[in-house]
Amino acid sequence: MEHKARRAEIRVMREDLLPPKEPPRRHLISIADLDREDVERLLATARSFERSLERELKKLPTLRGKTVVNVFYESSTRTSSSFELAAKRLSADTMSIKAAGSSVDKGESLKDTALTLGAYDPDVIVIRHPQIGAPQLVARYTGAHIVNAGDGKHQHPTQALLDLYTIQEELGRIDGLHVAIVGDVLHSRVARSNIQALALMGARVTLVGPPPLIPRGIEAMGCEVGYEIDAIKAADVVYVLRMQQERMAEGANYVPSLREYTARWGVTPERLRPGQKVMHPGPMNRGVEIDGAVADAADALIERQVRSGLVVRMAVLYDLLTHGPAGVQAAALHEIGAA
Amino acid sequence: MLFGKTGRENLVVRGARVIDAAEGVDSVMDVRVDAGVVAQLGTNLETNEHRVIDGEGLVLAPGFVDPHVHLRTPGREDEETIATGTAAAAAGGYCAILAMPNTEPVVDSAAVLGSLAETAQAEAEVPVGFLAAITKGQDGAELTEMAELADAGAAGFTDDGHPVVAPGLMRRALQYSSVTGRRVALHCEEPTLSKGGQMHEGAVSAELGFAGYPSVAESLMVERDLALAGYERQPLHLMHLSARESVEALSRAQVAGVAATGEVTPHHLCLTDEAVRSLDSNVKMNPPLRAEEDRQALIAGLRDGTIAAVATDHAPHARHEKEVPFEAAPFGVTGLETAFPALYTHLVGPGLLKLETLLERMSAGPARAYGLDAPRIAVGAPASLVLLDLNASRRVAEDDFRSRSANSWLLGQTVKGQVRLTVAAGRVAYEG
Repeated sequence: MEHKARRAEIRVMREDLLPPKEPPRRHLISIADLDREDVERLLATARSFERSLERELKKLPTLRGKTVVNVFYESSTRTSSSFELAAKRLSADTMSIKAAGSSVDKGESLKDTALTLGAYDPDVIVIRHPQIGAPQLVARYTGAHIVNAGDGKHQHPTQALLDLYTIQEELGRIDGLHVAIVGDVLHSRVARSNIQALALMGARVTLVGPPPLIPRGIEAMGCEVGYEIDAIKAADVVYVLRMQQERMAEGANYVPSLREYTARWGVTPERLRPGQKVMHPGPMNRGVEIDGAVADAADALIERQVRSGLVVRMAVLYDLLTHGPAGVQAAALHEIGAA
Repeated sequence: MLFGKTGRENLVVRGARVIDAAEGVDSVMDVRVDAGVVAQLGTNLETNEHRVIDGEGLVLAPGFVDPHVHLRTPGREDEETIATGTAAAAAGGYCAILAMPNTEPVVDSAAVLGSLAETAQAEAEVPVGFLAAITKGQDGAELTEMAELADAGAAGFTDDGHPVVAPGLMRRALQYSSVTGRRVALHCEEPTLSKGGQMHEGAVSAELGFAGYPSVAESLMVERDLALAGYERQPLHLMHLSARESVEALSRAQVAGVAATGEVTPHHLCLTDEAVRSLDSNVKMNPPLRAEEDRQALIAGLRDGTIAAVATDHAPHARHEKEVPFEAAPFGVTGLETAFPALYTHLVGPGLLKLETLLERMSAGPARAYGLDAPRIAVGAPASLVLLDLNASRRVAEDDFRSRSANSWLLGQTVKGQVRLTVAAGRVAYEG
């Protein structure tokens, strides 16, 4: 049926079937845009960058002359700063725009912002927006590669990639691991990207949380659902989601109270098994979804995730702007002394 | 109750396959119209110097009736006017349409209704019936002056766009409207369940992250309204049904003797929530596209007559309002100019629905649901006809619409089945 065809048309972001008149323009909008090979290549590139950053001179000339624009319609500390630093480490010119929250609902302004930014001819636009599909919209009106830094409750693909990278580096593999994702899955783009990414790489995923916060039908993404916190015991990695305070506003009734949430689903030392790794996308609410002792324990990978963010975002920018025939890529990697 | 241009056309449609299920007609013959009235059916008819239209290889059927159109007038004439909306209707094969009262201002007084009727009388390419609101300002608080509105020509009553939330008020509306002889038509949505919902709640919304608008938000209200209609022994029309459970509830109520009718849109019959993966704001509508099992139940309901009518819920929106992220876009899509080809291509083509059934549900079905005279191809009936070329295909393109808006879910798709001629109230309203 035609809607299937339309779906394929929209989701194939690589556009590599088009005639080779212009270089291919690729975006990173959803984990669904990637296959396993893409992920493996990105993680390998990130690893090369991590080694290069151990050198005294941290800046690489790779993207000299390229322009990366960060447009953030939502507040962000780690994502925006890590994209900015990633671009700078690769010698790209960067520009950051923080849109005022008040203009967000006016979709017209998003189109106009895209047209305006497009006039500067940027190579990459990194966008975070509270509405699902905003990156696709910007992609339609500019010639830049688009990187989704979070669109509503939909996707946050670079977060999932940095989480994969962290797991790969710390546990040596992803395939065959069991990851429990705990908390407010309903409102979490991090959860959606991670479910897809982990499933793509062969991990088993179990979602744990209060029933109103686990979306109906999510099993179709290739995960299991359990409502009891005991379900985390079986996992190799416990991924704790941020409990967003605004979701707990009076009358929302997703859970009766934060207190009850913490009592029933908070990740505490007692609920973990020795050796289980703990992750959190930040920012944390200590004492709500995660006990401070868990966050600070040796098995917590939370700080490691932040460090991974930088090299993974470098890899994403690099990959979007240089990925072509294998030979070119190898030469470029050679240039940065990492091949 | 219907307002628009009429005509006294003289013409002969020669050699078309004439299908009128209600009249038990399905044969190749000529149809002669004298002074806007069907005068003779048969072979080799005298032309009497009438204009002759070659219908060979084409299908001639009673003109379509759309029971659910948003003409956006008054208030949003940038999106649609009575003239453009009815021109779009004529191009879609419609010989009559019913317009919804959720305009700015709302059609809740005889004064607003009267001015619309007057404009339509002069400008409407096909006759229009105007529904009036059930409650003042569609606020769900106070009943409109239904008797006066009916006297002024209201074709029925609805708060479309909104449910009548309070059960006590709904009951009073059913009771009181009985003095008007006009139908009450309902948009069934339980607002605390649908609150914030962007699309059908299910696997696709779970994956995309959109807030869900569950099926039960509709079917719960359908059940309530049918219970009230049964209790009050009043007829009722259920608009744009989308969920399997709603069709089942309607069927049960009909078996129990409730005089309830239902309608379904082309988009709910052709698409499912999978289409929302495109994030295209032209597949955002209320009620939302649902799952395949819902679609199949709607098709089955239309086939067996539980659902009497196809309704486009033609909802024009300005381009800039739809060129935004999905969540920021308004609900609604256009449909007048694409309803027949969409359904012919997606339902009749694959064998899900017979052509005769589709033609009946697009014409006599909706007319009867509102107590209007059904268009007929019979001697003495006013000429309201549509001539269809089932073999012609076209690619749906923005520039081809007569509607002032182009927010169609079919843009870029190729569909089969073209309208060649529309005769509405004895007048040629469209030729293509």
